Formats: sequence, structure tokens, C-alpha cells
Amino acid sequence: MSDTPKDVPFRGGGFRPRRVRGVGLAVFVVLIALIEWGTRTGWISNLTLPRPSAVLETFRNLIETGLLWKHMLPSLSRLAVGSALGISAGVAAGVMIGLFSLVRAGMVPLVAALFPIPKIALLPLFVIWFGIDEGSKYALIALGTFTPTVVATYGAVDNVDRTLIRMGQSFGLSWASIVRKIVLPGALPGILSGLRVSIAIGIILLVAAEMLGAQYGIGAYILEAGSLYDLERLFAGVVILSGLGVLTSGVIGWVERRVLAWRV
Amino acid sequence: MELTLEAVSHAYGDVTVLSDITLGIPEGQIVCIVGPSGCGKSTLLRFLGGLERPDTGQVLQSGPVPEGCLNPLTYVFQDFALLPWRDVAGNISLVLEDHGIRGARAEAIIADVLARTKLSDFHKALPKQLSGGMKQRVAIARALAVNPAVMLLDEPLSALDAQTRELLMDDLVTLWERAPFTAVYVTHNLSEAVRLGHRIVVLSRRPGTIREVVTIDTPLGERRAGDPALEAHQARLWHLMRQEAEAADKELGHV
Repeated sequence: MSDTPKDVPFRGGGFRPRRVRGVGLAVFVVLIALIEWGTRTGWISNLTLPRPSAVLETFRNLIETGLLWKHMLPSLSRLAVGSALGISAGVAAGVMIGLFSLVRAGMVPLVAALFPIPKIALLPLFVIWFGIDEGSKYALIALGTFTPTVVATYGAVDNVDRTLIRMGQSFGLSWASIVRKIVLPGALPGILSGLRVSIAIGIILLVAAEMLGAQYGIGAYILEAGSLYDLERLFAGVVILSGLGVLTSGVIGWVERRVLAWRV
Repeated sequence: MELTLEAVSHAYGDVTVLSDITLGIPEGQIVCIVGPSGCGKSTLLRFLGGLERPDTGQVLQSGPVPEGCLNPLTYVFQDFALLPWRDVAGNISLVLEDHGIRGARAEAIIADVLARTKLSDFHKALPKQLSGGMKQRVAIARALAVNPAVMLLDEPLSALDAQTRELLMDDLVTLWERAPFTAVYVTHNLSEAVRLGHRIVVLSRRPGTIREVVTIDTPLGERRAGDPALEAHQARLWHLMRQEAEAADKELGHV
């Protein structure tokens, strides 16, 4: 060994995700610019991908003719009603499963049996049960959001810190107080992160439902564009769906930051 | 109020954790329970507060509860057990709400217990903003708010560093001197036991039995760290516990 002191080599650091601003947007911009350039030079044929500027133009047309709202409003109301039904029933069922062993024993196998069924396959059945109108669409979205919400909710209730519940019991809190003041707030983070998945599934099912028997709606719009091979309109519809996904995820993120500020 | 354990034995599955424990908790005194890990001292405390039931034997309470007592048997937990979504005042009002105490009456109680635990400036702080010592002070304030007949402290200082532990021990002594309370204090730390215990119950390793009960007559307020009499007590306790702890350490877990 030599006598001259050397720096100790640094071996730490890394493995810690940082927040990098603007990169997400840049990826979108570069990708779209590349497609625009490719379609203009003919490197990408018109049948492979539509020109982004043409999609934008279609989109502007949609807004100007007022057709956007004609399609958006029914879709949004279907999504809102259907997922509100499914999510509220799912949270209620999940809390019951979390609290009562009897309900757990009865419901968990049922939910496990319902979960993997592709709900779209049941659409014809729903049409018979609830009619071709809004009823079957609500039911499809409700059932689709119900199962993931149940699973997320009872998992969240199971994960509530038992020492907090023991504490509540040791202070003589009533059962209802323990559920309302300890179990439900403790389960809220898990329920909210489950909602992200549930609502995304809700959007997928919304489109599926609108592809069958709907005059207006984003799904109907996409289906029509697809059968005419009108790629600009197809992509305009897809952009709306992506936007809807980003929007709902953003709303849940905002709610989480507001309601769950107590988290470490 | 006095608590009495009579011939209490308990087993988890085929592992006997406590065997034939008979012990009285006299009013106005702090009884410390020490013993090697896994000897069932926390289990014993859960029996005393009715959070768990022993297989055999009886846990009895006798005598009147103090006036205005909302929850006679009140715990202070090792991990504080504060609701992270409620601020300091909210955590204390949690245990008052179920007794219909709200508004100005609740505010008065909260202000009083926060003052007694030197927390008056932390009314609106969330648990995540507080240090471990502060969190345990909040838990103690919450326990005081229900004016308990017996405080059941389950290793309350074990999650804290040595300096904070000293500070909180002083605070507990001050609280006791101002208004003597009955308490059962479970710990594995002998220096806490000799500082806070009027009586120290030494449990053997599993199955836990009472090896000895040591009474320390020095008033709590006169006990100082490094006091030769206390050191002697501590040395004696360690002598009693050493073999038990060694043997307990070598035991295989029953999982």
C-alpha cells in the first residue's frame, strides 16, 4: 500500500426517484413532432397514422360544430352515474367485508368469481335486463367499477393499524365511533388509490357500452369513425379518452393532497 | 381504585406465557413490572385493562373511581397510538366525544391536560410534525383527559432515545407528585423501574411467574440518577433478572 492518502471512493447515491419537471411533456411533444414530420414527408403512410395537425383540425371542427359537447355530455353523465353507483356500492361492500367475518366468508369468493369476468361479455345480458337505453350502460360501468373498489376497500380496511383500534377500545369508544373515526379515515388512502384503477376501468367500459346501441357518446363517435376508416376522427376520439384519464387521475391526486395531508 | 390479579394463568396455544400470578395494585402507587422479553408482562397489562381475558384466574377491581372519571382503566401505549389524521387537540377530543363532552367543556379539559404535559403551544400540530417524546406527551395528555382511576403504561418510553426518556421520566414524576395516581408500568428498563416504581415486580422468563416484589421507600421526588440506594436496588434487580434474561435470549421462538 502506498502512503499517500487517497479519496474514499463514493459508492452511495441513486435508487431514489426524483421529480423531473417537463420531461413528460417533452416526450409527448417529440413523439407528435416525429409523427407530423413522418407523415408530411411520406415516410409514414396516411393509412398507418393520421397527421397530428389533421387530428387537431378535426378536433377544432368538433368544438366549433358543438358536436364535442353532444358526444361528451352523455359520456360524462354515463361515467358519473355508473361509477358513482359502482364505487359507492363497492366501498360499502368492502367496508362490510373488512368489518364482519361472516360477510367476508360469504362475499370474498363471490367477488373473486365476478372479478375476472370480462364485463363487456355481459352487455347483451344487461341489455335484456335493463333495456338498450342508459340503464344497461349504467349497469355495465357500475359492475365494472364495483369489483376493483371492493377489493381495494377491504384490503384498506384490513391494513388499518390494529393498535389504533385497540386504543379506541381501551378508551371505551363505541363500535360506531371506532368505525367512523378510526377505521374509515385509516382506510381512506387505500380506497382512494383503488379509485384510480376503478375509474380507469369505468372509462374502458364506457366506450365499450357506447359502441353498442348509442347514438351519441365518445364510444359511438370512435366506432363510427373506425367503421368509415376515418383515422383523424378516430384519433380525435382517442385523444379525448386519454384526456379523460389524465383528468380523473389528476382530480384524485388533488383530492389525495387535500384530504390526506396528514400522511408522513 | 384497586386492582387485583388472582391466580392468573394464560397460554397461547400450547405455550404457557403466565402461570399463577397473584398481585395487588394498591391505590396511589406506581407498580412497575419488569422481566425478560417474552415473559408475558404486556399480556398481564392487557388483562388488567380488560383488552384480553386470561385462561384461568380472575382480574378484580374494587373501590370507588375518582370523581369525573370517564375511563377508569386507561392505557398509554409504546407506539403512542395517535390518530395521524387528527391534530393534538383532536386526538384528545377523540376520547371525550363519546362521553358527550364537546365545545367549551372539551376545550377546557384539553387546555388543562396540554398545560400539564407542557404541550400548550402544540394545539394544532399534526402527529407527523412531532418528535417521539412529544407524541408520547400527547398520549399521556390524552390519558389524563379521561381522569383515569388506574393508568396502564405499556413500555411508554421504550421507543424514545435516552435523553428524551430522562425528560419524560421527570415529567411523570412531577405529574405524580402534583396529583398521585395509581399506575401499572411495564418496562424492560431497570433504571425506569427504580426511578418510577413504588413497588417493582420481577417476573421470571416464560412461563412468567412472580420471582420477587421489591419495595422502594425513597419518595419519587427525591430519586436522582446515580443515587447509591437506587443503584443498589438496580444492581439487585439485574442480579435477579440476569439469568432469566440469558436463558430467555437463548430460547427458540415458538412460531
